[in-house]
Amino acid sequence: MLRTMIELRRFEERVERLFLQEGALIGPSHLYLGEEAVAAGAIGALNDDDLITSTYRGHGHAIAKGVPMKPLMAELFGKATGTCKGLGGSMHVAIYPEKGSVYATAIVGSGVPIATGLGLALQREGKRRVAMTFFGDGATNTGAFHEGINLAYVWKVPVIFVCENNMYAMSTRADQAVAAESVAARAQAYKMRSMAADGNDCVAVYLAAREAIESARNGQGPTLLECITYKLKGHGVYDKGDYRPKEEIDAWLRRDPIDGFEARLLKANLATQSDFDKIEKEVATKVEESVAFAKASPILPFDELAKYVYAR
Amino acid sequence: MPELTYADALREALREEMLRDPRVVLMGEEIGVFEGVYKVTRGLLKEFGPERVMDTPISEAAIAGAAIGAALAGLKPVAEIMYMDFLPIALDQIATQAAKMHFMSGGKLKVPMVLRTQYSLGRAHGAQHSQFFPSMLFQVPGLKVVLPSTPRDAKGLLKAAIRDENPVVFIESGVLYRTKGQVPDGEYVIPLGQCDVKKAGDDITIVAVSRVVTEALAAAAKLEEHGVTADVIDPRTIQPLDLATIVNSVKKTGRLIIASDDVKCGGIGSEVAARIVEEAFDSLDAPILRVAAPDMPIPFSPTLEQAYMPNAQKIIEAAKRLIG
Repeated sequence: MLRTMIELRRFEERVERLFLQEGALIGPSHLYLGEEAVAAGAIGALNDDDLITSTYRGHGHAIAKGVPMKPLMAELFGKATGTCKGLGGSMHVAIYPEKGSVYATAIVGSGVPIATGLGLALQREGKRRVAMTFFGDGATNTGAFHEGINLAYVWKVPVIFVCENNMYAMSTRADQAVAAESVAARAQAYKMRSMAADGNDCVAVYLAAREAIESARNGQGPTLLECITYKLKGHGVYDKGDYRPKEEIDAWLRRDPIDGFEARLLKANLATQSDFDKIEKEVATKVEESVAFAKASPILPFDELAKYVYAR
Repeated sequence: MPELTYADALREALREEMLRDPRVVLMGEEIGVFEGVYKVTRGLLKEFGPERVMDTPISEAAIAGAAIGAALAGLKPVAEIMYMDFLPIALDQIATQAAKMHFMSGGKLKVPMVLRTQYSLGRAHGAQHSQFFPSMLFQVPGLKVVLPSTPRDAKGLLKAAIRDENPVVFIESGVLYRTKGQVPDGEYVIPLGQCDVKKAGDDITIVAVSRVVTEALAAAAKLEEHGVTADVIDPRTIQPLDLATIVNSVKKTGRLIIASDDVKCGGIGSEVAARIVEEAFDSLDAPILRVAAPDMPIPFSPTLEQAYMPNAQKIIEAAKRLIG
C-alpha cells in the first residue's frame, strides 16, 4: 500500500508540473493528491479479477488497480499508446478493462447505476467477484446516485460504493450541500449497510473495505463506504483551492496519508527510511519513463477515428 | 405465414433470443408480474423466472445505467423505458455514457444492450405521454435507432438489435401493438440499416417512418386511383440510415415527401431532406415536402390530437402540391 500511495503521489506531482510549469498538457485534469489512502486501501483489498469504476478524478484508481503507468501518461498526452488511444483523456484515463478497471465517467454520479449493473452481471456469474465504484460527496446529491443505490439494494448486488468525501464539490462545501448527517447516513434511507473510515489512513480504509467486500462476496449485498479525506490542491489542476480556510488546509497537511503511514511503519519497526528511499527512487524512475514513453508516442491518425464510433 | 400482432411479434423475438442466448435478460418497469403495460412481455416471467425478467423501481436513469453496467460485464440486457417521454430522464446514461463508451475507450468497451421504448401518439395520452423525438437520438453518434412499422419488421429488427454489439434504442409505436400482419415462420433476422420498399411506384417517393408507414400506404393507394404511383420507403432504422435506397428512388421519381410523427423542426424529415439535397439535388423536379407534426406540444382532446397527427390525407395533399 505504501508503494501504491507513493506511485499515486509522484505521478500526480509530475502531471501537475507537466501542466503548470512545462505547458506540455492541456485540458481538464483532476489530481488525486491527498486522497491516496482511499484508492490504495480500498482497491488494495480487492482481488485482481474484481471490477472497479472510476471518475474524472481517476488517475489514482487506475494505478492502484494495476494499470501500467506508461499508457496512463500517454493518454494524458492524447497519444495512440494511451489507455484509450488518446480518445478519452484525463477524465477517462482509468478505462482499462484488461486490469478490471472497466469505466471512468466524467458526469458526476453517473457511475453509480452502472456499478449496480456490473454487480448484477457478477451476481449472475456466481464466481464471488465484486464491483467497487468510486465517487465524491457531490455525487451523492444527484438523482443517479439515489436511483443507483436503491436498485443495488433491491437486487442485493455485490457492489461496494466508495464515497471519497473530500469535503468539497468544486468549491461547494459538503456541509452546505449534503442534507444528511453524513454521506454514510444516506445509506440508512435505503436499508443499505454503511461504514465510515478515515480516508487518510490506508489501513483503516483497507480494513473497512475488506469487511464490505467479504460481505458482498458472501451474498449479503452492497455497502456504502464513506472515506473522509481532503484534496491537497484544488478541484482541477488549474484551481488553487484558495477558497478553503488556511487553518483547515494546514490541519489536513499535518494528516498527510503517506507521511502518517511511514511514521507508523517506522514506529512499529516494519520498515526503515532506506526502504522508503528505495521505493522513492524506483517510483521516480518509473514516472520519468512514462513521460518519455508518452512524449515519444504517435497520435492516432484522424481518418481512423470513424471506426471507433460503433463496435463491429 | 402466420398472422401476429405487433406486440406478439415483439414477444416472439424476445422469447427466441432468450432461449438462444442465456445472457439475454429483460429489465424495466412493470414488465414482469404485470407483463408490460402493452403486454409485450406476457408469459416471459413465468417461463424464464425473475432472474431473467426483472421488474425495476421507477428509476429510468438506473434502468439504463444498470443495463449498461450489465452489458459491460457480460450480459445482454434488453431494458424497457415504458414511454418515450420518460427517456430524457435516462438521457445521460444513453447519450453521454453508453453511446460514447466504445469510442472513448479506443474500442475496448462494448455495450451490447437494447433500450426498448414506445410512443403513444394517437392514444389520447396528452402532452407528456405521447412524445416522439427520435432526432434527439440520431444527433448522438454511437447509438443505433430502430423504428419498426410492421409485425414482421418488429420481430426481425428486435432480434438483430439484441444480437448487435452496440447500444440500440428500439422505438415502438403504441398504436401499432394491436395491429396484425404476416410474420414468416421460423428464424429470421432483419439487418439494421436497410430500407424496406413497402410499395413500388414511379411518380413520387414517400419516405415514412413507424406509425406513419400505414398512412403513407393508404395515401399511395388513393393516389393510384388518380394514376399517380408512389415508392413508399420505410427506412426502419434512422441510425444507420440506408440513404442509397432513398437516393435511387428519388433519381427515379424526382419528387420526395418525408412523413413522420415527430415535430417538423429538426426532425427526421429535416435530415433526410438535407441529405437528398446533398446527394441527389440534380434529380429533384420539385421541392422536398415534409409531412410532420406541427411545432407544438401534443393536445389531449382526441379530435385535436387527430388533427395534429400526420395522416394519409395530409400526405395526399402534399403529393398534389408536388404533382400539380
